[in-house]
Amino acid sequence: MTAFATGDAAVTPLARRRLDRDDVLMRLGICLLIAWLCIAMALPLWALLSKSFQNQNGEFIGLANYIRYFSTPALFISVWNSVMIAVVSTAFVLPLAFVYAYALTRSCMRWKGLFQALALIPILAPSLLPAISLIYLFGNQGFLKELLFGGQIYGAGGIILAQVFYCFPHALIILVAALSMADARLYEAASALGASKMRVFFTVTLPGAKYGVISAGFVIFTLVITDFGIAKVIGGRFNVLATDIYKQVIGQQNFEMGAVVGFILLIPAVIAFTADRIIQRRQVALLSARAVPLEPKPVPRRDWAMFAFCAAVGGLIFGILAVSAWASVITRWPYNLTLTLNNYAFGDFDTDGWGAYWNSLSLAIWTAVLGTGIVFVGAYLLEKTRGFALGRALAQLLAIMPMAVPGLVLGLAYIFFFNAPWNPLGFIYGTLAIMVVNSMTHFYTVCHLTAATALKQMDPEFEAVSASLKVSLLRTLVRVTVPVCLPSILDISIYLFVNAMTTVSAVIFLYSTNTKLAAVTIVNMDESGFTAAAAAMAMTIVFTSTAVKIAHVLLTRRLERTTQAWRRR
Amino acid sequence: MTETKLASGTTDPYLKIERLSKLFGTFTALKDISLEIFPREFVCFLGPSGCGKTTLLRAIAGLDVQTSGRIFQGGKEISALPSSHRDFGIVFQSYALFPNLNVSANIGYGLVSRGMPRVEIETRVNDLLRLVGLPDSGRKYPAQLSGGQQQRVAVARALALSPGMLLLDEPLSALDARVRAHLRIEIRRLHQRLGITTIMVTHDQEEALTMADRIVVMNQGAIEQVGTPTEVYRKPASAFVADFVGTTNFLPGVVAGPGHVRFGDINLACELDIHFGPGSDVTVAIRPEDVVVRNIGPATPNAFSARVAEIEFLGSFCRVGLAVNGGDPSLVADFSINAVRDLAIAEGKVMPVALPPDRLRVFPRQTLTP
Repeated sequence: MTAFATGDAAVTPLARRRLDRDDVLMRLGICLLIAWLCIAMALPLWALLSKSFQNQNGEFIGLANYIRYFSTPALFISVWNSVMIAVVSTAFVLPLAFVYAYALTRSCMRWKGLFQALALIPILAPSLLPAISLIYLFGNQGFLKELLFGGQIYGAGGIILAQVFYCFPHALIILVAALSMADARLYEAASALGASKMRVFFTVTLPGAKYGVISAGFVIFTLVITDFGIAKVIGGRFNVLATDIYKQVIGQQNFEMGAVVGFILLIPAVIAFTADRIIQRRQVALLSARAVPLEPKPVPRRDWAMFAFCAAVGGLIFGILAVSAWASVITRWPYNLTLTLNNYAFGDFDTDGWGAYWNSLSLAIWTAVLGTGIVFVGAYLLEKTRGFALGRALAQLLAIMPMAVPGLVLGLAYIFFFNAPWNPLGFIYGTLAIMVVNSMTHFYTVCHLTAATALKQMDPEFEAVSASLKVSLLRTLVRVTVPVCLPSILDISIYLFVNAMTTVSAVIFLYSTNTKLAAVTIVNMDESGFTAAAAAMAMTIVFTSTAVKIAHVLLTRRLERTTQAWRRR
Repeated sequence: MTETKLASGTTDPYLKIERLSKLFGTFTALKDISLEIFPREFVCFLGPSGCGKTTLLRAIAGLDVQTSGRIFQGGKEISALPSSHRDFGIVFQSYALFPNLNVSANIGYGLVSRGMPRVEIETRVNDLLRLVGLPDSGRKYPAQLSGGQQQRVAVARALALSPGMLLLDEPLSALDARVRAHLRIEIRRLHQRLGITTIMVTHDQEEALTMADRIVVMNQGAIEQVGTPTEVYRKPASAFVADFVGTTNFLPGVVAGPGHVRFGDINLACELDIHFGPGSDVTVAIRPEDVVVRNIGPATPNAFSARVAEIEFLGSFCRVGLAVNGGDPSLVADFSINAVRDLAIAEGKVMPVALPPDRLRVFPRQTLTP
């Protein structure tokens, strides 16, 4: 057999296609992408991991740090606390968001657009905002404090309430997407077979949205367990993993123990991420091309019940936001309630004053511009390169990984990697650049998936046609791919902008005196007791994100109008 | 084969494929394919889905590289050339028209990159638009055109650079039947006018039979037969071809002696290859329209009596299920309405039929994969 194969090969030599300029460029691009993701993520994580096995002199000490961690109940309790907070928050958010999403997609209630917009507001705010509002409501001087009957808002309860507010829209987006895909024929078949409304719900609706529910559950769990801001502001003495890292690193300068906690925080995030990926892979397209989209029919009693529910939930969300807005413009709670803009004179509360805001703005703009470019070109390379399977698989893996890495862990990893004396890239440490790199990496995966989805929807033969017409891929990218994907590109840049504007956890370890950020000053001002100024800064961020979001919506609409001649299906 | 070569003139092949193989992992998509295509020929690759016809086309275009084997175009070896260095125009099943560019920009896409002056591009694009019968559609976007119109734009774009060869990958299968029949003729006319060597991939035998100069029938990564439409239909080289192209009766038989096969109790005279020894199992194939029902006399070869078990009325003819050897219906015959009327063919009628020896094809018996 072997002899035959050799003889055969001698007659017909194995073919290898020569590479043209585009092939070389694309492969080079993928190598650059791999190098970039290694520098921005894989190597820092490696630095973090190795740090957790070292003592303060940098000597390898095996598992000693871990042993100390798990034998110190004061430290170990945080693992339990974090998991408990995450599970309880998920248990609250899921049903609320499910009913809300159901109302938005399957009922004929009024003001759907308004309710949808209202529920998405928390995305535009830093996670610190609900915590600050809750302190105003239920804190030591809160005007609803009596409702707690002597209880305290500082601690697990406060964290969970704030997390529910903060995570609600994230779950809602996934569930709305899951529930809006429905095949009307299934419902017609079910009712033709005489199934009750309840039975239809449990046999058709719920199974159809199953993967969305599971996915939303994992997303919330990960968000809560990795969030730093809320626990910092309203956690009181209740320790969670995220605040532990901060205390170890900033408070005690114990970087090695910080690395240990960071690694431990990585574990639940990675588990949730992996489980979600596995389940997603199982999900087959429930909706065939021949499905008939479900149009909800009016059922007055249900619609009004849904309306009442959404009004209550939406009202609470609006209320939380309104408390911060109001707190930011009153002179001194609870003694002097006259309106003032003095709280927005940030220079009076924090040495950086408005400087921090401008830093945040430039961070957000740089992240949006550079990040969108890297993400889109990266996704393009991965989707459209032919051959080079190994390089592509590696880049694909690296592109998916950032989602599993909490911002706090990535930030800490950056300290170890970029601050290492041997690192020639050390010069970016302490600059705005390192935070831009960090933010782009931290939010990479969601953007990458958005870009990849958009690119997958394009005809796979565009590149083949270009080659047959002797047109370079670069030209086709500029002339065709980018214009067709423009709505997704805008989505990506807005996502990056808003997240860079609101994030605390990704950058809390990386700012220096010159590059303090707005979200970080909220933490600092709150620590110093300037809660009103903290609320004002949080509102400033909300206003900025909202303005950008509105501009995005208007731009997208305009784009749809000007391109409707060719976008019509 | 000889007559085809004569038809194309005694020239050198324009495209020559030598021992081409393609593996996807452990799956063999193409098995040792050798093929010659002559200048100005219209060749169809015909076969069921997964037979490797598209893979072969993509290898010719350089889009999927063969694992081994060589390809020559116009006497030049192109085996290792990337697509962008090969000389072809291609039309995909999806057309792959750039949605954000209007029809003119789509057709002129390759011309602009060549640095052709704007006026010349405009002239060329207008010529092409006239050629495909869409003189006034230059400013429309693909989404504003019907499927058939989009297909013509895709053809015009593929022809814009005056390539040496036109590759069509299932260009008609996304269209509805009426448009498809019309475009079949259009493409054929275009080919006759331009004389460009054309390869079309299709799974539709009717398309292949009506359009091609020669058909390459493929199955499971290998070529089953190469021939003119008439050859492929009249003299299928294998049971697969007989089954895939048109409708065929397959009768199980045993070789009785030289030129004779036994089918049940019936002795059939037929042209029999020398390598079928007596007693070997064979399959005898005959097309339903070749079953004779008129003018059967005592001297008619291969005549026997059959009972009409079922009749299916199909408009211009009737498809009749005949029971022979006293069993279930095992032979399908197409009789003209005339014959049905004249001979009063009706269910239950027992009558003589004949299978003309020159219409019978004998293949080694094997289980057919339909």
